[in-house]
Amino acid sequence: MNTPASFPTRSAYAFGDGALSAFSWALRRDLRLAMRSRAELGVQILFYIIVVALFPLSMAPDHQLLLLLGPGVLWVAALLASLLSLSRLFANDFADGTLEQMALSPWPLSALILGKVAAHWLTTGLPVVLLAPLLSIQYALEAEAVKVLMMGLLIGTPVLSLLGAIGAALTLGLRSGGGSLLALLVLPLYVPILIFGAASVDGIRGGIDVSSNFALLGAGLLLALVGAPFATSAAIRIALD
Amino acid sequence: MLEVKNLAARRGHITLFDQVNFRLSAGEALVVTGANGTGKTTLLRMLAGLSHPLSGKMFWQEQEVRPFDPLLRNNINFAGHAPSLKDELTAEENLEILVRLTGESVSRQTLRDALDKVALGARLNVPARSLSQGQRRRIGLARLTLIPRVLWILDEPVTALDVAGIALLGEMMASHVKAGGSVIAATHQSLDLPNVRSFSFQ
Repeated sequence: MNTPASFPTRSAYAFGDGALSAFSWALRRDLRLAMRSRAELGVQILFYIIVVALFPLSMAPDHQLLLLLGPGVLWVAALLASLLSLSRLFANDFADGTLEQMALSPWPLSALILGKVAAHWLTTGLPVVLLAPLLSIQYALEAEAVKVLMMGLLIGTPVLSLLGAIGAALTLGLRSGGGSLLALLVLPLYVPILIFGAASVDGIRGGIDVSSNFALLGAGLLLALVGAPFATSAAIRIALD
Repeated sequence: MLEVKNLAARRGHITLFDQVNFRLSAGEALVVTGANGTGKTTLLRMLAGLSHPLSGKMFWQEQEVRPFDPLLRNNINFAGHAPSLKDELTAEENLEILVRLTGESVSRQTLRDALDKVALGARLNVPARSLSQGQRRRIGLARLTLIPRVLWILDEPVTALDVAGIALLGEMMASHVKAGGSVIAATHQSLDLPNVRSFSFQ
């Protein structure tokens, strides 16, 4: 019993086949969608700016205090900004049936997810990195500290998107409270990134070599890059079942 | 082509169905009927490889397959309840994205011809949010014709379609079956298909 000639007989794709096409399909589609709803994008970035700006307003204008607090505040704001858009990472695709089609595509689901995560980082993580120098003016951070802060954010924010994707996939299909559960699930996972990221800026003040913190952040990034897409696709398949 | 043996499903504590057995050959259509809540959608999602059966086995061309098996993903065109459209994108963009997702490449002209055929030729650049439910369904019809897959699995494909749309769908399904393809559809509408069998849930 063979497939009729009018239809291409497709055997199974080899492992990794179409991964690049899948990645670029998801990345380009999500970026296009983000561009169509720019207002939503603006809200996330404004949220980050406002959270960072609130702290100096709430305390005595003590130069030393701000200097100490600055990197930590920027990092915590980065975590919250990343979290804010996470609940929508898969929820819309889940609701309109696109996620089903993605799971049934001949392309590897993990590559599609990696593309979506890359788009999430470009729209939420990258602005956070680029705005950091501007926002650190309020905390009177010196140029060297800003450089280290940006480097840390550059390595750390993709990890936030990757780990967040696992949480977003695990909370799919929850009727209500998905957002708060997502925060409870994901924020503890963010803790190591927060610690090493903020510590790298403190390190230069104490004259400690910052490369060890960067190495740990980099290791975290590699680990998340390898593991997170697979964990996320497993969670999505469970959600679709 | 597709064969299932003793398939069973359960939702919560209720057994939806068990002992579902059938064999579908190339050039055959299978219409699944049954009252609401008897498990039509569950069965179709199982056949498409989206959900795990409680027990039982599925075979694609004599080869046992599991959910998300590449064999199923490469040969089945599944259209579920939701039409998988993005409100922000135009009809043409939506169609292009959905076709690309199946690994097929498609030219702009092919896309336009397909949308013309489902009477959306004048609505190419309208965002999907401004389309009616029936027009959104029609994008799904255009998608069916652009993805060369041997087995179509359609869940309630006539929902929201008008008389002309239903006729068009019937025509598409009939010509797919005549070309040697197969269709499994859950619907109560009689669609005048050749070589059709029916499977009914109690």
